[in-house]
Amino acid sequence: MYRSHVLVCGGTGCTSSGSARIISAFEKELESAGLAEEVKVIRTGCFGLCALGPIVVVYPEGAFYSMVKPEDVPEIVEEHLLKGRIVKRLLYSETVAENSIKSLGETQFYKKQLRVALRNCGVINPEDINEYIAYDGYMALGKVLTEMTPEDVIKCITDSGLRGRGGGGFPTGRKWAFAAAQPKGVKYVCCNADEGDPGAFMDRSVLEGDPHVVLEAMAIAGYAIGAQQGYIYVRAEYPIAVKRLEIAIRQARELGLLGQNIFGTDFSFDVDIRLGAGAFVCGEETALMTSIEGHRGEPRPRPPFPAVKGLFGKPTVLNNVETYANIPRIILKGADWFASMGTEKSKGTKVFALGGKIHNTGLVEVPMGTTLREIVEEIGGGIPGGKKFKAAQTGGPSGGCIPAEHLDVPIDYDNLIAIGSMMGSGGLIVMDEDTCMVDIAKFFLEFTVDESCGKCTPCRVGTKRLYEMLDKITKGKGTLEDLDRMEALCYYIKENALCGLGQTAPNPVLSTLRYFREEYLAHIVDKRCPAGVCKALLTIQILPDKCKGCTLCARNCPTGAITGELKKPHVIDPDKCVKCGVCMEKCRFGAIVKK
Amino acid sequence: MSNKISKLPFKGTANQERELHEVIARMRNQQGALMPILQAAQGIYGYLPIEVQRIIAEDLDVPLEEVYGVATFYSQFTLNPKGENKISVCLGTACYVKGSGEIFARLQEKLGIGNGECTADGKFSLEACRCIGACGLAPVMTINDEVYGRLVPDDVDEILAKYQ
Repeated sequence: MYRSHVLVCGGTGCTSSGSARIISAFEKELESAGLAEEVKVIRTGCFGLCALGPIVVVYPEGAFYSMVKPEDVPEIVEEHLLKGRIVKRLLYSETVAENSIKSLGETQFYKKQLRVALRNCGVINPEDINEYIAYDGYMALGKVLTEMTPEDVIKCITDSGLRGRGGGGFPTGRKWAFAAAQPKGVKYVCCNADEGDPGAFMDRSVLEGDPHVVLEAMAIAGYAIGAQQGYIYVRAEYPIAVKRLEIAIRQARELGLLGQNIFGTDFSFDVDIRLGAGAFVCGEETALMTSIEGHRGEPRPRPPFPAVKGLFGKPTVLNNVETYANIPRIILKGADWFASMGTEKSKGTKVFALGGKIHNTGLVEVPMGTTLREIVEEIGGGIPGGKKFKAAQTGGPSGGCIPAEHLDVPIDYDNLIAIGSMMGSGGLIVMDEDTCMVDIAKFFLEFTVDESCGKCTPCRVGTKRLYEMLDKITKGKGTLEDLDRMEALCYYIKENALCGLGQTAPNPVLSTLRYFREEYLAHIVDKRCPAGVCKALLTIQILPDKCKGCTLCARNCPTGAITGELKKPHVIDPDKCVKCGVCMEKCRFGAIVKK
Repeated sequence: MSNKISKLPFKGTANQERELHEVIARMRNQQGALMPILQAAQGIYGYLPIEVQRIIAEDLDVPLEEVYGVATFYSQFTLNPKGENKISVCLGTACYVKGSGEIFARLQEKLGIGNGECTADGKFSLEACRCIGACGLAPVMTINDEVYGRLVPDDVDEILAKYQ
């Protein structure tokens, strides 16, 4: 028995900020303090509050230490673990109360969250199957195999109202029913862990923090549709997730939870990993399967749908990681429990990856129907630097920008589509007044041009032409006719592209045109970028009344564009200036501005 | 992503080739073996020159163009050798709105190379990547396996100096 447990986040966010060094520091300090037998150090999955990483939580007190450095570790060991005095200066400030510490559930960041898919992340050691089992792991699989028929399982998932969390929002139960209805024979269960949407990392966190939940859910799906083999297609950019999945699969096989005759029944099921190699289009279901088959990851026309003719030409069910993470809970707690959360047509919870210009970057899970305002202002803690909210981008390169006027719309699949964006996989990037919406549209189109597989013309050529028009506008060379042509081309691509990538690629353009048309007009008519981003439209000027003549800017200017005498206001020669902005970074008096 | 055929002479060893033949022999019977084999080959050689693709095509008895087609489709496969230090700047959305574009521009200027290129002394290669998932630390770049977060353009000099 250990008297204390030290949980250190081992997710990618905290690992990037050095949590591995913290774990070894704890192990070393505990050893030399003679506490190695009394205090256990556990590497967990993601706690969600990545902005404050590396995160260390000490139980039984539940002390939540944030931004811990290796040199803080001796103090925590000496004071907290040896003498029982919590190190207040390292606590997450919101948990510090007068004479006690507040629980995490009371903090702004966690108060409105409801963790279903992320339930075990940051709670268990993902590399130990016994910890997963202790939290009811593989109980749902046991229940399914011994008490339920495949029809019961599909009915339960259908009744729960669960919809695909990868972005499409297709009812999961219906997908399973289609595949189950196919004639008996070889079938497959696939997991889409090719999280390509930049800025979304919930699937990675589930795989890193709770890999067994995906294996258990895939086995349940296998039983429901009559498949014996599963494949997880995971991004090669996620090395920690891949390693933990490998460990999880090995441990599950050792305990007979994967393999032949699971739980002594005649059901057999196994899972293999396939690594992606950096192609966004492989997140599209038919492209993903083509890639597992070992080919260029190009999509195929549908129908036939994967449920009829999928991987290797066999009936296949493909779900996203977060979708699977909900399944065992639904089986154990019932369809009604799940359906009691969320809105009329979108049940349960959704995980969002909060990023961009926001205080609490990280991972949050909220019931469907939570408003954007609650997520951005309450959970996310608002925008740093007193700047003004401009838009929230959801759905990545397939989604759109939501302006301030829609902050109070309850978020669910259908509402987001109605306001011109989409759920997507759950990336939520906050933008403030310093973000140029034309530049953002161009950024996403550059992405889709790069990632278009080239199979169909509307996407291959259409996105390129869209990009060129946007580029022209950001350079101040656009015309009003370009706007009309751009809009027409957007609808043409949407209607004619082969797969989801192309059909949704124009969304960033359409949504910014819808809500921020005046910014496009400013670029075209006034030759001005209101956010001060598009370099061709900017001039950098020195304000004579604020300039002290310190010469710092002139000394740092790479092109020698700044001249002036000591202690007298300087000037910038616009013909020499390359608008690199170094002078603005260097100026200590705020005397240099972009206009 | 630039993925042109390398002009550098191929310097594969007999040991590497033996290892590759072994990998292919072990994996060839699994369904959809080409991708895992290419990944293993890149692990052995560090990149996928045409000579390596030819060995794979011959061993698997598939046309070379099929191997080439797959190798050039995915951005993680590279037909060019990488530098001793691989720099990768995240241009995902979260990093981009926090100014990673300027970090990338500063690196290009300092190293005198563009996206997907390698310095003449083989010391650094530079590429843009799409989201490593450390969005909480945006803007982010990685050099080899080390992650550098919350960057401003002026950090670049100091970080590069560590690898000189």
